[in-house]
Amino acid sequence: MSEYELILAAGRTEKNYWRDLWRYRELFQVLAWRDISVRYKQTVIGAAWALIRPFLTMLVFTVIFGKVAKLPSDGNTPYALLVLAGMLPWQFFSTALSDASNSLVANSNLISKVYFPRLIVPIATVVVAFVDFVISFVILLGLMVWYRFVPDWHILFLPLFVGLAFLSSVGPGLWITTLNVRYRDFRYIIPFIVQFGLYVSPVGFSSQMIPDKYRLLYGLNPMVGVIDGFRWCILRGESPLHPGSFIASVVVTAAFLWLGIHQFRKMEKSFADLL
Amino acid sequence: MVPELMTRSPVISIENVGKRYLVGHKTGSVRRYTALRDTIALKARQLLRNSVDILSGRALQSGDQVEEFWALRDVSFTVNEGEVVGIIGRNGAGKSTLLKILSRITEPTCGQVYLRGRIASLLEVGTGFHPELTGRENIFLNGAILGMKRVEIRQRFDEIVEFAGVEKFLDTPVKRYSSGMYVRLAFSVAAHLQSEILIVDEVLAVGDFQFQEKCLGAMKGVAQSGRTVLFVSHNMNAVSQLCTRCEVLSEGRVEYSGDPGSAIARFLNSRSTNSLIQISEKQNENAKERFLIRELELLDGDNVPASTFIMGQPLKARIRIQCLKWTARTEVGVKVSSFTGVSLHYLASSWEGMSFDLEPGEHVFEVTMPRVCLFPGKYEIGVWVGISGQTSDAKAMELTRINVLLGNITGFPTAIDQYATSGCEVYMPSIWKRVH
Repeated sequence: MSEYELILAAGRTEKNYWRDLWRYRELFQVLAWRDISVRYKQTVIGAAWALIRPFLTMLVFTVIFGKVAKLPSDGNTPYALLVLAGMLPWQFFSTALSDASNSLVANSNLISKVYFPRLIVPIATVVVAFVDFVISFVILLGLMVWYRFVPDWHILFLPLFVGLAFLSSVGPGLWITTLNVRYRDFRYIIPFIVQFGLYVSPVGFSSQMIPDKYRLLYGLNPMVGVIDGFRWCILRGESPLHPGSFIASVVVTAAFLWLGIHQFRKMEKSFADLL
Repeated sequence: MVPELMTRSPVISIENVGKRYLVGHKTGSVRRYTALRDTIALKARQLLRNSVDILSGRALQSGDQVEEFWALRDVSFTVNEGEVVGIIGRNGAGKSTLLKILSRITEPTCGQVYLRGRIASLLEVGTGFHPELTGRENIFLNGAILGMKRVEIRQRFDEIVEFAGVEKFLDTPVKRYSSGMYVRLAFSVAAHLQSEILIVDEVLAVGDFQFQEKCLGAMKGVAQSGRTVLFVSHNMNAVSQLCTRCEVLSEGRVEYSGDPGSAIARFLNSRSTNSLIQISEKQNENAKERFLIRELELLDGDNVPASTFIMGQPLKARIRIQCLKWTARTEVGVKVSSFTGVSLHYLASSWEGMSFDLEPGEHVFEVTMPRVCLFPGKYEIGVWVGISGQTSDAKAMELTRINVLLGNITGFPTAIDQYATSGCEVYMPSIWKRVH
């Protein structure tokens, strides 16, 4: 019984917070499972959507940037592979960001009725986006077979950059979902950020296209570090990492993560009153 | 610890708990005239305040003046293990806020709450049900949301399904369920929660009569199994059946604490304060040039102001009207309607042969309903005035609510309160004999 002893007072939730987060891990699994199983209900092709979207976008980008604009690839890699190595983390980032940003409002009925550490809700949606991301790796495999492209030891570092992609979407996602609770304006900003970011980030082209003196500045976009890292791993290191730019991306990601968690925790207590 | 000691110790102790909300007000509308300069200054001030609030992560207030509002103030009481405590009070008395604090949805502004044991709250049946998922999946989803472990749900799965009576539809998405099935399944999950403390808020207000009986039975079972229950309801019948003790809340404070019988009496009496209603000009709908309704007073058979009436006993209404110009054949009326907005009774003076010729000035009328023929429950009262046979000149609807309690209307023992839960509202005398 003593396990469940609890004192409620102003500012008191702080102390139990991280312990509670662990205690509610089953709810976290269930919420993620709910979103995954609902995601493609009443669709004819179901999870194939997770393949079609990145595949078609990759085709278009390859034609426009590779064939029409004739931008150079990194080393000898096929242009389609270059695009896909950037497209996969980008799709993950954009889905995770937009789903996480809407998560609190979408689950308002839960939040105003039941207690649980609210951090569960946006993180669970990122996990759902992650499942789509894993499925879409099938395209990468297919493309590698098509081009008879065998990755080398660089690929072993991929999980590291998947983790970075995860963190880079969690930080801004937490911050925006917090703001979205009070100011629904942010619902309209998200599609804009996603659309805009697709062209600002090196998805359809290589970061090598950016003049060297601007690479550091370019790295302030956290997705630059993630995409460069993905290319480095997948393309046998033929697209070298720019250290300055990469470090800038990691620092910005860390800053956003801190800001997101900080703001989220600060506003969390009032979510139920605001929704 | 010695078992005897365990049972005596409080599982919930609430100490001086208060909850403050900030409410924004608009003063602009009160101002007689506004200069553009004032408006600009006002907007600039708002913008400044809003941006400071956004940057500091504080909640924004609408309106240009912020006022404090205490939903709860200095609330203290303790609940011992195994007690079933009813919390009653008018709408806005702070019941929901208190439950929200206990179930950790919101934090108290001041004071402390000590809890010993897991709390599960049924603030609303079916929270978190997803329409696309099947009954089976929703049991697990809802159980997890309410704080059950997967192992526990699996253990009690058959019981839950059996109680809800949805065996055949377990693999059907709940969006295809009838509303009755939906509610039954949701309540069933909640009723099988394994927690030491259960918070129940108005869950008995759902489903048909038969199922409500079943729920009440389940609640009694929970109470008898030694778990602690906090029960909030407007159904005084259920409160008096289930609870061992009651707390009466009024305007955010504990007004009374004691046995259910006297607490309910206290609560019902405290409602009689709105037996006298002043009616503003605004409340007079479609008032033309002739009349304004000023005041309505409700009295019981002994001419004592009241808002709670007993079935079979008289109800009197006094209506003060301001007449603005000389009018012949004036009709005054009282409308009784159900909570759901269905008109039940019209008491019209002209039907009883009373039409009045009125000169300008104030007039008071009294109407008596010799026997209240309404089933136990709550009803809305409205007033109208106009020329007989024409549409009303002024009307003021839903002015106040009356509460009708079970009384002996027929001279025989009845269980009318039980029929009342199935939706019937009006008693009609009838004569019975055996012909064959």
